Amino acid sequence: MGVEGIGARVVRKEDKRFITGKGRYVDDIKLLGMTHAHFIRSPHAHAKVKKIDSSAALKMPGVVAVLTGQELVDDKVGNLICGWAITSKDGTPMKMGAWPAMAPETVRFVGQAVAVVIADSKNLARDAAESVVVDYEELPAVADMQSAIKAGAPQLHPEAPGNQVYDWVIGDEGATDAAFAKAANVVKLDVTNNRLAPNAMEPRAAIADYDAAEEHFTLYTTSQNPHVARLVLSAFYNIAPEHKLRVIAPDVGGGFGSKIFIYPEEMVALWASKKVGRPVKWTGDRTEAFLTDAHGRDHVTHAEMAFDANNKITGLKVKTYANFGAYMSLFSSSVPTYLYATLLSGQYNIPAIHAEVVGVYTNTTPVDAYRGAGRPEASYLIERLMETAARQLKVDPAQLRRTNFITQFPHQTPVIMAYDTGDFNASLDAAMKAIDYAGFAARKAQAKSQGKLRGIGVSCYIEACGIAPSKAVGSLGAGVGLWESAEVRVNPVGTIEILTGSHSHGQGHETTFCQLVAERLGVPISQVSIVHGDTDKVQFGMGTYGSRSAAVGLTAILKAMEKMESKAKKIAAHALEASEGDIVIENGEFKVAGTDKAIAFPMVALAAYTAHNLPDGMEPGLKESAFYDPTNFTFPAGAYICELEVDPGTGKTSFVNFVAADDFGRLINPMIVEGQVHGGLAQGIGQALLEHAIYDANGQPVTASFMDYSMPRADDLPSFNLSHTTTLCPGNPLGIKGCGEAGAIGASAAVINAITDAIGKNNLEMPATPDRVWRTIHAA
Amino acid sequence: MYQTTYHRASSVDEAASLFAKGTEAKFLAGGQTLLPVMKQRLASPSDVIDLGKIKELIGVEASGDTLTIKAATPHYDVATSDAAKKAIPALAYLASLIGDPAVRYRGTIGGSIANNDPAADYPAALLALGATVKTNKRSISAEDFFKGLFTTALEDGEIITAVSFPVPQKAGYAKMRHPASRFALTAVFVAQTKSGEVRVAATGASQSGVMRVGAIEAALKANWSPSAIDGVSVSASNLLADIHGTAEYRANLIKVMAQRAVAAAG
Ligand SMILES: Cc1cc2nc3c(=O)[nH]c(=O)nc-3n(C[C@H](O)[C@H](O)[C@H](O)COP(=O)(O)OP(=O)(O)OC[C@H]3O[C@@H](n4cnc5c(N)ncnc54)[C@H](O)[C@@H]3O)c2cc1C
Repeated sequence: MGVEGIGARVVRKEDKRFITGKGRYVDDIKLLGMTHAHFIRSPHAHAKVKKIDSSAALKMPGVVAVLTGQELVDDKVGNLICGWAITSKDGTPMKMGAWPAMAPETVRFVGQAVAVVIADSKNLARDAAESVVVDYEELPAVADMQSAIKAGAPQLHPEAPGNQVYDWVIGDEGATDAAFAKAANVVKLDVTNNRLAPNAMEPRAAIADYDAAEEHFTLYTTSQNPHVARLVLSAFYNIAPEHKLRVIAPDVGGGFGSKIFIYPEEMVALWASKKVGRPVKWTGDRTEAFLTDAHGRDHVTHAEMAFDANNKITGLKVKTYANFGAYMSLFSSSVPTYLYATLLSGQYNIPAIHAEVVGVYTNTTPVDAYRGAGRPEASYLIERLMETAARQLKVDPAQLRRTNFITQFPHQTPVIMAYDTGDFNASLDAAMKAIDYAGFAARKAQAKSQGKLRGIGVSCYIEACGIAPSKAVGSLGAGVGLWESAEVRVNPVGTIEILTGSHSHGQGHETTFCQLVAERLGVPISQVSIVHGDTDKVQFGMGTYGSRSAAVGLTAILKAMEKMESKAKKIAAHALEASEGDIVIENGEFKVAGTDKAIAFPMVALAAYTAHNLPDGMEPGLKESAFYDPTNFTFPAGAYICELEVDPGTGKTSFVNFVAADDFGRLINPMIVEGQVHGGLAQGIGQALLEHAIYDANGQPVTASFMDYSMPRADDLPSFNLSHTTTLCPGNPLGIKGCGEAGAIGASAAVINAITDAIGKNNLEMPATPDRVWRTIHAA
Repeated sequence: MYQTTYHRASSVDEAASLFAKGTEAKFLAGGQTLLPVMKQRLASPSDVIDLGKIKELIGVEASGDTLTIKAATPHYDVATSDAAKKAIPALAYLASLIGDPAVRYRGTIGGSIANNDPAADYPAALLALGATVKTNKRSISAEDFFKGLFTTALEDGEIITAVSFPVPQKAGYAKMRHPASRFALTAVFVAQTKSGEVRVAATGASQSGVMRVGAIEAALKANWSPSAIDGVSVSASNLLADIHGTAEYRANLIKVMAQRAVAAAG
């Protein structure tokens, strides 16, 4: 592996600039003549926009323009799209209402933009915005799903009667009913998966710069996938053709899914920059982030699991209501369907599954993919069901899981996914050993003597990552392919630039991707740089989400490396007068195997560019590219066990221990993997204990600041105890499964299972705030 | 933020005269409350008069049976002050629980009590310890100073210069932190004065701000021990209720925090 190769704990190259404050984010960029945009947003959850009077604002100092939703319509700017078509059980396509980037007629959630002020400074834009008078006619609003689907509820979109987007099913209903008919035991559970606000550290931002002479646009934006942004912006919005639009996503301070989507603000900035003839910058503030970044989760589910007399699962029935908010965001439709219901088999052999998912419109912020996207909801449901079942069937929860684990691979579940490999017993063993599961009863008794309620909770998660085989997702309704591309450019002096369609916004690609090159060529990572985030530099890419960058993006780099190495070997063989098949690469040298004849890699590169002595017919240069389309999803899995204490006086939870035994396949940089797991666990635990985006009955957000929305802080979290059990992924040559979302997927069930174990009551919703836990303890 | 004019005062008198000249002036201490409000454009003072660099407003002093904390002393200084830790350890401990390190380095006792947030920590200590608020015009007892949510006895332009605390026989503080803001979801300060009086104040609980809890005072007067509070009933009516805690939960917390504060006081 070498000191900087695969598996080495290499310190992150990018941290020097981040830690010294030299990162370059969108808001750090200042263009000559730049104007600033301030959006005027609806204070109402549902209202008609009767009139917008900007006459006073237009007279204010520094104001360049006030633009409204009607002007977008007049300029034929397209509505926002949803890129995954879902078909209801009755065969009809999903029912979507139009989402204009600024509302010309009707606003449907608090924070929806109706107009934008463009001015010489941010403050002047804000000053002027206060003088724009918007006349609203309030309409009745509905924020919660259960009310939205009732007869007589306020209706959001005429296209979607009953506020229903779709009613979708998966699995074999007949087989599932038959399993329940024969069941020895049935376990039932109702759970809510709480709505979360993503809260990346860097709020969203955009700068659009229109060059009238070239009729060319440049957009700097906080994106996890700049090429997808360019594709969507050009193909659907009628603002800029693809070859006249350059999208740059420079350093991006976290995304967690929320920066996958194309939002109204960057569309408006692009359009406005052409209208006003100057660059337009918008940087959201934290309030705008709470109001307009796509939220995550928000499911209400009823589930039933059937068992035979030997405690083997025979069937699973699930009915889920998924809240989409007021509009269908870019990938929202796929999250509670193909990213959720396809994982309902968990780590278990379940012969029959049937799931129904109803998508619902409400007067709230749109909901879309957030770290884990559908898979945390599935994992939480299954793992709470397993714990509930163990309590009802009076068996040890770990043992009940073992009784039902899938042990033969490949394994075809009844809900599309074909698991390629795994060893679920191995991760559960590792986790149980790490937490001393056997000694728990004694520890619980000890805690009880000190007035504390101690509990332990297991969560065995599986996820589908490495998103995704293009043909498979295409057949399920996706509007894009999910391959990745890469280019390896060797410079004449032998330094290497790797161009990738993956985008790093906290994942450490600038280090891990170099480690692959170091592994293969034996060159130091200082000789390699990673180029990403600019559509003018990288030919195309699908971006970073779904734990795909290593499994898909790095494999694309590997493919390009192999092509480059093959050509380099030919050049080396020619120079060394040896046969190509005898050339091996070692420590930065191309050697004739078994001899001391060698040529250093930079000399090979130089030979490729001088082209003085290349094999006959070979093109000069050393640059190769590749597209890699995965053949299957990857299936990271693991076991998390949480031990905690509840203070019966206050309902407050304190962690005693949290162990995570993950199987991510091959690890490129274990230190970075641990960081990813820590972050994921923080978000999973945050969901379990703290985070909740709440609306009142009128659709007013109650948690639109950090004074009300509880973000997890370091002292809310335990010191994590991590380990890895490894089965290599057979689907890609590096054996990688992915690690970015696991923590967020597996953690919340472990925490709730532990609290409900501690308090001896099974009905507890997330977030398990002290108040809620205390009330549950003392409920009759 | 709206346009404003910043002044750095070098004495209390200068601050008072700068205030008098401004059309809608505001004093600034640590800025931990005022600046966020200004950034959100919810306040638009014409002039901001910074008290934070006035030497006579900074410091913690113990003399005889009194501990004096000057108004612009940051929470961090109180939390780490030897004089405070020796005279009233519960007060130093209270300061160490306020917000996060950034808030403790900047936020001040004067700013905190002038603001009188119903979930702030210091008001509970002032009320339970029977402190006196010193201003550039007068002395005001804690009882008279706090007038309900975000309201105090301060007159326009009046500057708090210090708070003086009689050193108690025993005192303890227990705080249940609000999970998001870290203010008090409910916190209780208990004190037994040198003359044997028992005073108990709860913050974060009542709809009308910091309050004394008579029933608990009576129980503790009879028997200074956590178990004395077991049988006390605290009514949930007029208590705050929000997404982080129902009124019943806060009523429970008043008892539980009082018990823990007594245990801490010894
Ligand atoms: C994230 C966060 C968490 C916090 N957590 C807590 C907490 O857990 N517990 C808690 O108690 N507080 C908490 N606070 C509030 C904090 O303690 C503030 O410092 C305090 O409320 C205000 O003090 P300041 O010195 O910052 O005052 P400023 O913000 O500067 O001023 C506040 C008000 O007081 C007035 N004022 C200031 N000094 C004087 C004076 N000497 N005389 C007259 N008027 C004056 C100002 O004019 C202004 O109206 C928190 C604040 C933040 C931002």
